[in-house]
Formats: sequence, C-alpha cells, structure tokens
Amino acid sequence: MGVKQVVKGNFATAVAAKLARVDVVPAYPITPSTLFPEQISQYVANGEMDAELLLTESEHSAMSAAIGASAAGARVATATASQGLKLMSEMLFIASGMRLPIVAAIGNRALSAPINIWADHSDTMAERDSGWLQFYAENNQASLDLMLMAFKIAEDHRVLLPAMVGLDAFVLTHTMEGVDVPLQEEVDEFLPPYEPVYTLDVNKPMTFGSFGTPAHYTEFKYAQWEAMERAREVIDEVFAQFEEKFGRKYEQVSEYRTDDADIIFITMGSVSGTARAAVDRLRERGIKAGVAKMVVFRPFPFERIREVASKAKVLAILDRAVSQGLSGPVFADISSALANVSDRPLLMDFIIGLGGRDITFKDFDDMAEKAQKALKDGKVEQEVNWVNLRTELLGGE
Amino acid sequence: MASDELFVSGHRGCAGCGMATAVRMILQEAGPNTIVANATGCLEVMTTGYPETSWKVPWIHAAFENAGAVASGVDVALKKLGKRDGVNILAFAGDGGTFDIGFQALSGMLERGHNITYVVFDNEAYMNTGIQRCSSTPPYASTTTSPAGKVIPGKQGRKKPIANIVAAHDIAYTATATIAYHGDLKKKVRKALEVNREGKGPAFIHVFSPCPTGWRYPSEMTVELSRMAVETGIFVLWEQEGSDPRNRKISCPPKEKRKPVEEYFKLQGRFRHLLKMPDIIEQIQKEVDEKCENLMQ
Repeated sequence: MGVKQVVKGNFATAVAAKLARVDVVPAYPITPSTLFPEQISQYVANGEMDAELLLTESEHSAMSAAIGASAAGARVATATASQGLKLMSEMLFIASGMRLPIVAAIGNRALSAPINIWADHSDTMAERDSGWLQFYAENNQASLDLMLMAFKIAEDHRVLLPAMVGLDAFVLTHTMEGVDVPLQEEVDEFLPPYEPVYTLDVNKPMTFGSFGTPAHYTEFKYAQWEAMERAREVIDEVFAQFEEKFGRKYEQVSEYRTDDADIIFITMGSVSGTARAAVDRLRERGIKAGVAKMVVFRPFPFERIREVASKAKVLAILDRAVSQGLSGPVFADISSALANVSDRPLLMDFIIGLGGRDITFKDFDDMAEKAQKALKDGKVEQEVNWVNLRTELLGGE
Repeated sequence: MASDELFVSGHRGCAGCGMATAVRMILQEAGPNTIVANATGCLEVMTTGYPETSWKVPWIHAAFENAGAVASGVDVALKKLGKRDGVNILAFAGDGGTFDIGFQALSGMLERGHNITYVVFDNEAYMNTGIQRCSSTPPYASTTTSPAGKVIPGKQGRKKPIANIVAAHDIAYTATATIAYHGDLKKKVRKALEVNREGKGPAFIHVFSPCPTGWRYPSEMTVELSRMAVETGIFVLWEQEGSDPRNRKISCPPKEKRKPVEEYFKLQGRFRHLLKMPDIIEQIQKEVDEKCENLMQ
C-alpha cells in the first residue's frame, strides 16, 4: 500500500515521473503545468530524484530535446499545456513518427485568442491526430495512475508511441485531493526499466529520422497505425496489471448507471464526477440517465463506444472543445464510430465548459431536457448545442 | 575514398557541394565516437534517403529549427545513462537552420553550456527549398525571393554576423572556417572538440560553404571561391575564446593587398547584375575594407 497524501494534480504527475525513475525531464513552464517542472527541480535539487532536468528556452525545444534524449535511450517525461502544446505541435508528430515513447502531462487549458488560462480540452483535442496515445484523468489519483501506466503502455515493444495524460487546468492541476502515492518498490515491480529497441549508439551507428520518399512514407505511417491498433490490447493488459498491483480499476470507458438508461452522457476528464451526481439527481426525478466516461481517446475506443451506444436512446456528448465549422471533436469521432451501426441512438453534441466556465447541475438539467425532447420527437432538431451560452453578451452583426 | 571514412560517397549532393567536403573533413577529425544531430536541409535530404544513409556514425534528424535542442537532449540522456564519456556530439545545420529559424534553439543550447560543437554550413541562402534569401545572404545577392529586379538590385540589408553573436554568448570557442583552408578547418574542429571534452561547454564553427547551384558558378570552382572569399576579405577566418573580441585571433589574414571584391563577384551569377553597378561595388569594397581593418586592430 502506498502513502495517502493530499496533493495537487501537478504534484501527482510529477511524483509519478519520479516514481517511474524518469531519466530526462526537458521542460518549459506554462500555466497551469508549472508546478510539474518546479516539483521535479525540487526533487533533483534535493537529490531525491536521479534525473537530468533540461530547462529549455521554449516548449518547441523541450519536445525537441525530449526526442533527442529518447532516441539516446532515456525514459523521458515532460509537462505542458495550451499554447505550449501548440508550440510543441510540430515535434509531437515527429516524436510519434520516430516511435519514441515520451510521456507528457498536459494541464488541459483553453487556447488563445482570447487568451485564457482555464480548463477545456482545446489543446489536446487539436493534437488528436498527432499519433500520441491520449488519456484523460478524472481526478488527481487518476492523473498519477495514468502517468505510471502511460510509460508501461508507451514503452511496450508492441506500441512504442508517445503518450499524453490530460488533467483539467486548475480543477485538477491546482486542486488538493487525497491521493494514494504508491511506494517506490511497488512501482519498480509494476514498471520495469525502459528497454529501447534502437538507440543512438557509437558502437552500432544508425540513422534516425531519415528522408522518406513516396516509395516508403506510406508504410511508415501504416506501421504507426498498426502500433496504435495494438495499443488497444496493451492498454487493457496494463490496466489489468495495475488493478492487480494497486487495486484501482481503470477502463477505457467507464460506465455509470447505463444499463437501463435512455440518455447517456459521454464525458471526459474532471466533469465526470459532476456528471454522475447529476445523473443521480435526474434519476430521482424519474429521468433514466447514465454516464460513460472516456479515459482513453487515442486509440479511439470504438468497440466500447458501440457497446455504450447499444444501451442508449440518446447519447448526449459533452465536448470541452469545438472544431469550428464542424462540431465538438468527441461528437465527430463518436459519430464516425457509429456510422455503420444500423440501430444507433440519437446523437447530440453539447459544447460546454469552454475556457473554464463551470459545468453545473443546471447545465445537466438543460441537456437532459433537450435530450428528452429529442427522445419524444424521435429526432434531433439541433445537433450542436452550446450550453449556458450568455446570449446577452453577443452583439448584432 | 578511404574505407575508414565516416561520411561516405553515394549521397545525392550536387557536384561541387562545398558542404559535403566540409562534413567529410569534420568527421575525419571527429572520428567514430561521434553522434550527429542534423537540422532539416540539404545535408539531411541528400544523405538519408531511406533506406540508404551516408552516415557511419549515429545520426539523428528531427526538424529544421532545433538541431541545438535535439543535440542537447542527446547530451543529457547520455550523461544520465553513463555513456557520455569519450563521445563527441556535433550539431549540424545550414544557415537557414542557424541564422534564422534555429537561432533560438542554438542560443538556448549555448546558454545552457552543453559540451556540443555546433557547426553551421553557410551557403548564404535557403538552398534546399530553391535559393531563397536568408539573413545569411550577403547584400545585393540575387535569390529567388530577393531577385535582382529593375528597381531593387538583389538582397537588401546586411549579412547577420552570426559568429560574433554566438561568441557574445561567452562560450569557450568560436571559429570561422572554409574548405579551401582545410588544415585550418580541421585544426579548428580539433580545438572545438577538445573544448567539449574538457567540459568547457559549447563550441561553434561557422563554415563558409560555396554552393554552385545557388550561387551559379561552375561546380569545379568551389574551392577557388572558398579561397577567394578569404582573399578578398569577404569572409575572414578567425577563432576566439570567450566573448571578448580582443581575444580574437585572425587565422589567415586577408593579405596586405586584398583582392578586389569584384573578382569574387564576377565569378558568380548571383552577383552578375552588380557588374553594371560600379557604385554598389565601390560601396561594398569600402565596407569590406573597413571590416578587415577593424578586425586587424
């Protein structure tokens, strides 16, 4: 058993990096993830962590250095958010293309403009095609646990892909919660040292990051595709091993009161707890609602989402990001997951909680009301719904 | 070519590529216990078309603007893994990846004090994408984005003094070199790697690399142009420890009687338009003379 500590989400991800015996931490601070490099700096300064801390001059260089360090055979972790993740964006695709299992904690934060430091999923959602595994934490315990599991999944030789763990800005990054911090020996038993397949080694020279012409490029991408597909089973295996070791259960999609539900809310991240409480309240009023929380977003859990969909009459999908001119990204992906399912529920998208706007019981009441109307009408009038929109602030032309 | 070469033939560099010759010389000097972090550019494209490679040392390329950062990551990783001793780390980048887009990552690498030798191969424009102007492009050179037109005679503005700027970071060793003076180039590589080995931090070598394709001259004249750049005083060979310019040593002084810059210009298509503009040539000559006199003091 670990030690119960009351900690912030950023501490949880930093302590996970320490427990994972990370070799190199290249980092550039950004709100709300600053505590991660600060905490690592403290560990290194106190001799509590034997890691090389590389404080670069930008996030772009942090991810570039992560790539160099990982290619040299090190276990590498970093943290960033929002604009920092955008500055890294170019290098995210290169990290995954070079099959380097770097792990990053992302304090999910809105994107400029207007500049905003609070929670939503715009930053990581815009990187959903970057070839990184994506996990979303509901609380600080999950932030720690998913970080530890991310190393094991990413470094598995069937996978060899980088992984990001999202934890909502402030709601998790800066909020104190009771967390079971595992003991070092427990983590050592769970997570073996990183064994790279290829490294930059003067005794065995190899060329990394070569030029791929049309004759080879497609196969590089297909090999990545296969690795991401194989990650599905590796994730399930590692989740099971983690549960066995630490007694905490993780699923790619976790369901709550869905078995007889008419309406299932699809959630990601910290809003999931609010959603479960909201569902209890709706049930008291006779509204049969449930929640399905997505913990894994890449690889997209198609089968699990189809199972959830088979139980519901309406899927009310909460999107803390928007793809302008389309819909929320989660809605778009779930729609594609159900495209060839004939008996599918009605799908409704709710754009909610952007830039840190609170998500309340009233919002769930409003979403449930719209879902019930769709249920009654047998059709969706409006697919994309903006929740708690302050129409009085919107001007004319 | 000797079988112990570490940068081998078969690459797709243009005939007369000054950079390819320089890379070969540098690796001869650095030896097999060397890791190269390479920026995107001609060098990466021409040497690593999958599944082939010209590199017999471990080599990594990630992107255009980050050779300094990637090399920094390799450095700290090897240190942590206990594999750093006896290994040279070289960062290779073109002028685009150094003067312009990679300048920030270079500055960060210098400030953090990594024991890395950063080499810029300066062919004075973005050659890999088709000869566009760079902050390394000399005044009035005609490029595809600074063409010699009827109103504007080529590149406006000056050439960024990259080696001065790097030296101002107060690093242990900064030098300029070019392939015509190969003994000097190799000696400077040796010194740079020595500085790294002694743990004195980064070293930087600015290698002037004539490009027949971009400069429009016959490919057999690369070495001659490399030499003429020095003989005219357009490119001065020097080395310096630390940031104080008083510690600068001129390696190969432009001769008492320097060659006129016009002789250098008339060999290259990129300057051809200047031959009808004596006022501009006179102005450039004056600037080169002033620069050389200042350096000699």
